[in-house]
This record gives sequence, structure tokens and C-alpha cells, in this order.
Amino acid sequence: MTSFGRYTSAETVGYSFSQPTSAPNKEHSFYPYTDNGGSTLGISGSDFAILAGDTRSVAGYNINSRYVPKVFKIGGDDESGDGAHILLSVVGFAADGQALKERLDAVVKMYKYQHGKPMSVRACAQRLSTILYQKRFFPYYVHAILAGLDEEGKGALYSYDPVGSYEREQCRAAGSAASLIMPFLDNQVNFKNQYIPGSGEGHALEPKKAEPLPRETVEQLVRDAFTSAVERHIEVGDGLQMMVITKSGIEEIYSPLKKD
Amino acid sequence: MEHFPEAWGRPRNDIYGPYDHSYLQTTGPKAHTQSPAVTGTSVIGVKFNGGVAIASDNLASYGSLARFTDVKRLRVFGDSAIVGFGGDVSDMQHIDRLLNSIDIRENYSSDGNLLNAKNLHTYLSKVFYKRRSEFNPLWNHILVAGFDGDGKPFLSSADLLGTTFSAPHLATGFGAHLAIPILRRLFPEDTPLENISKEQAVEALRECIKVLWYRDARSLDKFSIATVTKDGIEVKEDEKVEAQSWAFAETIRGYGAQVN
Amino acid sequence: MFRNNYDNDAVTFSPQGRIFQVEYAQEAVKQGSVVVGLVNKTHAVLVGLKRNAEELSSYQKKIIEIDSHMGIAIAGLASDARVLSNFMKQQSLGSKMTYGRPIPLERIVTQIGDRAQTNTQQYGKRPYGVGLLVAGVDETGPHLFEFQPSGLTHEMLACAIGARSQMARTYLERHLDEFSDCSRDELINHGLRALKETLSQDKELTVDNTSVGVVGLAPEGSKSKIQSFKLYEGQETLPLLEALERSETSGEAGGEGSMEVDS
Repeated sequence: MTSFGRYTSAETVGYSFSQPTSAPNKEHSFYPYTDNGGSTLGISGSDFAILAGDTRSVAGYNINSRYVPKVFKIGGDDESGDGAHILLSVVGFAADGQALKERLDAVVKMYKYQHGKPMSVRACAQRLSTILYQKRFFPYYVHAILAGLDEEGKGALYSYDPVGSYEREQCRAAGSAASLIMPFLDNQVNFKNQYIPGSGEGHALEPKKAEPLPRETVEQLVRDAFTSAVERHIEVGDGLQMMVITKSGIEEIYSPLKKD
Repeated sequence: MEHFPEAWGRPRNDIYGPYDHSYLQTTGPKAHTQSPAVTGTSVIGVKFNGGVAIASDNLASYGSLARFTDVKRLRVFGDSAIVGFGGDVSDMQHIDRLLNSIDIRENYSSDGNLLNAKNLHTYLSKVFYKRRSEFNPLWNHILVAGFDGDGKPFLSSADLLGTTFSAPHLATGFGAHLAIPILRRLFPEDTPLENISKEQAVEALRECIKVLWYRDARSLDKFSIATVTKDGIEVKEDEKVEAQSWAFAETIRGYGAQVN
Repeated sequence: MFRNNYDNDAVTFSPQGRIFQVEYAQEAVKQGSVVVGLVNKTHAVLVGLKRNAEELSSYQKKIIEIDSHMGIAIAGLASDARVLSNFMKQQSLGSKMTYGRPIPLERIVTQIGDRAQTNTQQYGKRPYGVGLLVAGVDETGPHLFEFQPSGLTHEMLACAIGARSQMARTYLERHLDEFSDCSRDELINHGLRALKETLSQDKELTVDNTSVGVVGLAPEGSKSKIQSFKLYEGQETLPLLEALERSETSGEAGGEGSMEVDS
């Protein structure tokens, strides 16, 4: 059954009500996805979480725009975002990302309206997973990262695949330059392949323990990660949008990246 | 006598071969647009001090055939926004009907709350996204020009997938390759809007249309150009590319009939 | 009450041209505790008197935030109000989703009006037993609307509905001229004063039984255009009640300077 459009069976004789009524599937040439490129990155600390993303939007080799944010405040005022206590970054297919962000935002607002209290980051993380999984067979083509502060006030970071599997992590890079940034983060945040000097020989060498980093260090790591990614990935650049969530609120920092 | 009534009025099997029943299907996959038919090419737009200018040629092509040469692809919405359409012309007409009915509905209520260009762009991008999610896309790439809620000039794009982005100058189709570099040279992206006059913007668009006429095979030297300012919308729909110079064509080698 | 032949359903007129069920529904509004609403050029204010069924029970909610740009105050059947409020919330979110704009006040009030009207024209339905005051801001500034079980809606400058609301309306009518140019705090104060008028001898406004909702335009030069809906309940109302007390001792409701409160 490789031919489309026409019946192939030659032995069909006469016209009968028992004729097969299902037409052979015609080829669908419309593809509902595109990749808008870019990269995002999140790191959590002991009392803060940072979500960052570049602001370039691409379509193939074209640059659509140099300022299309990928990091959003969830559950806040519509224009200013005031009062939000959760951050979401989406990278991949921007239209799906936008739709996902708006759905989650509506969910968090309805939660506040119905329960009279803000949704916890943990609950929001679980809800985001189900939203993604509901579209398991026509997914939101995005890698999402959710950030906020947990019940104890510690930085909380959740990362997702497009169909909703998720886990809480210390740090995560997503998007086109994820493979460039993630190893750097493994080494600099989780101290992978770092050992305590002089602690032993060979296998006895003791690995350096990972611990939450101070905010200044993390901010610098984010900047370094992106300036490096810009050098090596054509879809990353133009601007860096960083959102820092602490108990005193959300701070947004924009800094330029190379536009080449 | 043919015993099967379904066969009456149809070509005889013994002469024409078995009848292709796929033409009679009422079940099976519904036919959706899988490729555009009659199409318009580029739309270009640029913001200036106190408004936005937008232009497109008046051609609707049928493949490589210049089928309709007097199609207005800039549509005015209310007295505050212009939508420029690239892509399928029948889908454009469908959206235009949609816009008209919204305009009428909005004007029925006399409360003075009218949709601005930004609201309109949000709405249209939702329409595109919904249709692409139903695998029944509206095959267009549009620019929306006007003002946002704060009264600042607004120029934004939306396409058949629901992807949206905004920039000081935008172009769809071939214009993204040919017009954007010209506009970027004339008005570098960090130019404050105050330094771009309406006359400069319009002149730049005329120049871009000319370049597109030179190099885009699906373009026309008749075009429409419009501006939105606080004073209202100004549309010119029967413009002609002036001061054409085809001297450069002489220097082109490798095409056509020239010998050396 | 005597037996009436024309009040078995909400779709039958009496020979006098009245629909009794709708009028009875309006009586339900009068059973509810009083709420007051008022607007000026910059703000819309709702104040409400909360009731508790008994000494140890919680107080019934009187003011509900619908969205950041509007809220409602209710008098009558709270459960009917919740249906309307859920509907309004959905519509408001829907408008933000599809057009990216807060829904215009007149638009959403018309929608609930239409919904209420269908209940008065379809057999087997019952009118909403609740009256609403809808306060909010949109492109055209602050607004206050009154909604009645009949589906009738009015834009108001000031309004009070619920038990003993006549006293509040009298106050509002008397002080109407002072509203339009007064400050946000003064407007709240007028609202509380009107509310206080309705109290019976032995009652007081307390932090437990008073609710205040305010929404308005943001002062010039602010980041956003509107000052989001703010609901004051419990201890938060204390400064407002203190300001009320101070203004009363100093005599005038809109007394200058005497009631500047930092809120």
C-alpha cells in the first residue's frame, strides 16, 4: 500500500454496496512545527533561582527578531507581571511555548481565584507535567524549565521534556545550545570531574562535593555559558534575558549578546 | 440494464476501467489546505516617529503565473490598524471577512473600548495557532501595523503556525531576504524611533518594493503603501515603481541568450 | 403571603404585567446584607457588610475579585453569585487570552445581564437571587455597574443594595457632589460612612464584618496603567476604619487632611 489517491486493485468488478468505504490515506504535506532556536538555562541556589534565555528568534537561517523573550512570569499581573512567584522558560517551537505559557498562567490564576492562595511551585510543577502529557500525541514541541522558591524558601527548579516527564534539578540547560552549555554546568555547578587536590591517588581521589552556589557566582556562570554558546551556535545571540526569583520578588536583567 | 443504481450516469467499467471510489468519499480524511494556491509575496513594514508604514505589491500569483495583478493585500481594520497579507489569497479573504465581522461587533457597543493593533495581532495569532493545531492551516504570513495600548507604534508578525514576533522593521516572504538588509542599513536597529521620519520610512519602503520587483520573480511593479499615525490611516493602493533602472541586467551573465 | 395565581413560574405575566418570580428574586437581594459601591474620576470602590450565621461561624464573603481590573460585591444568594462570578472570571480570562486586553466593563456586565434575562423567559428556570455591584477600570476609566436578578443593568455613580440599603443611598445622594474630585482614601471613607448609616443601633463596623475593595487608575508615571483590584479584609481594614473614626470626630466626611492614611 504505497500508492495514494487511487484504488490499485484491478479485480474490482461492478459496483457493490460492499465496496470499501475508507479511502486510502492521502499524504499530508503540512507540518505543524518549526524550530525557533535559542537556548535557555536555569540554576537554583539556596534562597534563589535563576532562569535565563537568549532573545533571538530564528526560522532556518533567518533571524525573525532580536528580541523575543523566552522567560516568563507566571500568575502575575498581565502587563507588568507584578505579584508573580513562578517563572517559566520555554524553548523550541515558539508558538507552542507561548500557548503553554498562557495555559499555565491561566491555571495558576484560576487556582488563586478558587483557593484564595497562590499555587505552590511544587503543585505548579506537577500541573505543568499533566498539561504537557495531555498533548502526548500532538505535543507542545518545547523544552520547559520551571523555577520558583519551595515551601522552605529554597530555590526550586524543574525541567521537562516535551511530553511531560519532569524532575527537580540543581541546574539545566535546554534548547539548541543545551549540548554546549550542559557539560559546562555539570562541571561548574555540580563539580563533576573535580576532585579535592591531594586527597588520594587514582580511584581514591575524592570528588569535590557539590553545594549551592552564591547568587553572584551563578549570575556570572549564566553570562559565561551564554557568551560561550553565542560563539559556537548560530541560533543563539542578540540578548540575554535573566530572571532572578528571591523571597523579595522577581528581578529581570537584560544584557546584550553578540548579534552576529 | 445496469442493476446497480450507483453505476448509473457513470463511465462504464468495461470501457473505462473500474470507477475510482475515492472521489465519492464522504468519510475518511477531510480535505484541508495542504499547500497554498493563489499566493501573494512579500509584505514589508517599518516603524517611524509617531506611526508605522507598511507596503506590499498588488500581485496574486498562481504558482509561477502572475494570475491577478490588482489584488489589494493591505487591509484596513477600523481606524487604527492595517493588516498586510502574504501567502494564500483565499485565506486572506477569509480572514478579511473575519476582521470585518469583528469590526462591526466592536462598533456595536458604544462604550469606547476599541481593539487596537496589538489586540488584533493577538487575536489573529490565536486564529492561526488554532487552525494549525487542527491541521487545517490558514496559509498566510501577516504583518499587523498600528498602535499598542500605550499609544506607541506597533508592528508585529504572525504566520500560519501561530509564530509571532516583533521588530522595528519586518518583512514576510522574499522581503525577509531582500528588504530587511536594506531597512537595517537605512535604520540600524538601535536607531531611536524619533530619528526616523514618516517620509524617510515611506521612501525606504518604496525603495524596497523596487528591489523586490527587480529580483523577486513573483513580484509586481504595482503596489500599495499605507501609513498609520495618530491622525489616521493613509492608504495608496495604485502606486507604481518609479525610476526603474534595468541597466544592471546588462551585466548579468549566465542566464538568457547572451553569447559570452 | 396570600396565594397568587401568577407566581408559579418566571415566564408568566400577571394581568397587571408583572412577573412575580422576578420580583420575589429582587426581595432575596433585599435579604442580603448591604454592599455599597461608588466611583470617581480615578477609582471605583466597593464596601460590604459581612454577616455571620451565628457567633462562632465564619463570615460570608461579600466582595470577590474577578480579575486584576475588576471585582464584584454581592447581596442575596451567595451561591448564585458564585455561579455568576465563575462565569465572569472565565469571560475575563478568555478576553485576556484572545485579545490580550482586559474585558471592557460594559461588555461583561451586558453578558451577565443577558444570562440573567434568559432565566426569566425559559420555562423551568429560576432567576438569580442575587444583586451585584460590579466595579472596575477599563480603557475608558473607572466604572460601577449595578446588576439585578431581572437582568437589568445600570451604570451608576454610587449605589447600595441589600438590607437597609436605603440609608446608604440617602447618604450617597447627599454627598454625591463630593465624590468626583476626591482622593482614593476619601472615596473609601465615603463608602464606609454610607455603610455605617445602614447599621442598626447596636451594631458597629469592625475588622471582622467589613470588606473593602478598591481598583483604579494608577497615578501618572507609573509602570502600569491601572492600580490592581485590592481587597481589604480582616486586620487590613483597620487603618481604613481608624480613618473613618478620625473623620467622624473631626466632623466632615471629606474633611481635608484629617484622614490622610498611608495604605
